[in-house]
Amino acid sequence: METILLIAHTEPDGSLPLSACEALAAAKAVAGQLPGSSLIAALIGEQVQAGADGIANCGAQRILAVLGPDFAQARYATDAAAAEALCRSSQATLVFAPATSRMNRMLPGVAQRLGGRVDTHVTGVVTLNAAPAVNRWYYRQRMEAQLQRTQRPWVILVDPGSTAAWTGTPGTATVETVSVTLPSEARRTVVTGIRSPAADAQTIRPEAALLFVAGAGWTKKQADGQTHVPEAEKLIFGFLKAARASLGSSKSLVDLGGEGQAVLSFLSHLNQIGQTGSTPRHQKGLATCCHGEEPHTVGWRFINERRAVNLDPNCGWARGKADVLYVADAFAVVSKVNDLLAGNR
Amino acid sequence: MSVSYQIVVCGSIVPDPLQTLEPVIGSSGPALKNESMLPAVLDPWASHALYEAAHLAKAAPGTKVWLLSLGPKAKLQQVMMTVAQKVPFELIALDGPAGGFTEAAETAAALAEAIQSIPGLDRSRLLVFGGWESASRGAGSTMQMVGERLRIVDQFQGVDELKVNPDGSLEIFERIEGGRHQVSRCAGPPALLGWATGNLPEPKNNPQVGMTNMRTIMPALQKARPVTLPREGLTFASVVLPRQLRATRIVKDKSPDAIAQEIVDWLKQ
Repeated sequence: METILLIAHTEPDGSLPLSACEALAAAKAVAGQLPGSSLIAALIGEQVQAGADGIANCGAQRILAVLGPDFAQARYATDAAAAEALCRSSQATLVFAPATSRMNRMLPGVAQRLGGRVDTHVTGVVTLNAAPAVNRWYYRQRMEAQLQRTQRPWVILVDPGSTAAWTGTPGTATVETVSVTLPSEARRTVVTGIRSPAADAQTIRPEAALLFVAGAGWTKKQADGQTHVPEAEKLIFGFLKAARASLGSSKSLVDLGGEGQAVLSFLSHLNQIGQTGSTPRHQKGLATCCHGEEPHTVGWRFINERRAVNLDPNCGWARGKADVLYVADAFAVVSKVNDLLAGNR
Repeated sequence: MSVSYQIVVCGSIVPDPLQTLEPVIGSSGPALKNESMLPAVLDPWASHALYEAAHLAKAAPGTKVWLLSLGPKAKLQQVMMTVAQKVPFELIALDGPAGGFTEAAETAAALAEAIQSIPGLDRSRLLVFGGWESASRGAGSTMQMVGERLRIVDQFQGVDELKVNPDGSLEIFERIEGGRHQVSRCAGPPALLGWATGNLPEPKNNPQVGMTNMRTIMPALQKARPVTLPREGLTFASVVLPRQLRATRIVKDKSPDAIAQEIVDWLKQ
């Protein structure tokens, strides 16, 4: 019999992020499969009522909260103190949370405080032999494991996008406030702001329907023996604007920028996908001028529909990995795509 | 205000990313096929942490950098032959498993104990660095547990930039969602930073630095404390390679116009 706690932080307006509803769905599914289990929800934030109301009818027996101005900021010391208090108050044995940057930062430390264990980047939760089991990837998405633990509490951070979000009718929730007394050292760090990319900068945006992956081939010598980097930049920007796509890149292309070579000026490590970058979960992906074998292709393992434009029909990036491989010059194809998208608007 | 730091960089070894990896289930749980034969490198994010530590040390005279590494001693020795040529540091070696299927909490306990046993450790100058994740377990949880064991509550993950302000406070840029950075000001050490890629290129090999480092690396490897990580309470039901292979339709003979039209139609679906 498990006491299952969903723990999440609220947005500045008090509402819950989508990823919290995804973690809630995972927690509810496990609670439903383990007879005698109970589900409790717990929220952290400056204000939480809107978020609590949003999940008022999710089936949680209690909704706990640590709230106040001290908990508005995503700060390790205060977040960890809040999460620790909520876990202790609920006496949770299984703790589910969305794997946001805020939760990823502090929940492993909380597991340590509680004498428990933690698993991050969880992509699936099932029951196996009447006990919970989680799926997660190892070696940068190159192999998938299913594992179980006997230690409790077991903190499980569910990767955003890996499960459907819980949806239900909002209600009016009764929130039980858990008080936390912060030591003075908890305020040694102050969050002073958020630095956003420049307005015209392109990054990996999870909400976009399409991920456009730019490979190192864009910066290589073309058929005329010359590089055409400015033209490549123009084409890629034009495509991103017209298709409202998110921009990812291979490590090799990003690294060239760090080494001071003339490459696509707008790429940084934040665009990097793959083993040492991110693994986005867009519905569609279009890879252009990408090359490489298995280790390099993990960056679009979780893209549902994949197409590639590449001059090499045997390229390991696309063959067996993409649904369609167009053997063609990406400069010519993307230019035509941009014309068509511009004409259709 | 001039401050010198004691920077401990936690970083272990991972298989060279270009190697083909295959899991095997042995009597003691999962591992990689031919794991001991695979060429290894210092974990990419830990490498960034090491380079950032060296960069900070250069700017703050009197700063000392340790590289604390848990891995099979023979493999550590191989990897250090290369790493030692990059930046100055003193190695603290722990002889134990470094694979992805080890338990983060147990690794954290071993690392924290090693940090606490550094002679002359001064918490008021202590910065603990490491990668925010590894290329093996990829959990992003070990550093936080090390910090908890050291009672460090100023922790930052996914760090891309660290600036030291004139008053000695630290300005830290952490990656958050949407390609943004959260900017925090921390009063000063002790603090723990899990580095993402940072902004520094990989330093060129410097044989002189390598020779200086190797004077301390070899003794450190010889006296590396054995560490066992029993994976207590952890059971792997399965470890598999993804078998999904797509039936790729290869389009060779279409004009750019026709391909573009097909892509646009697909985008609209």
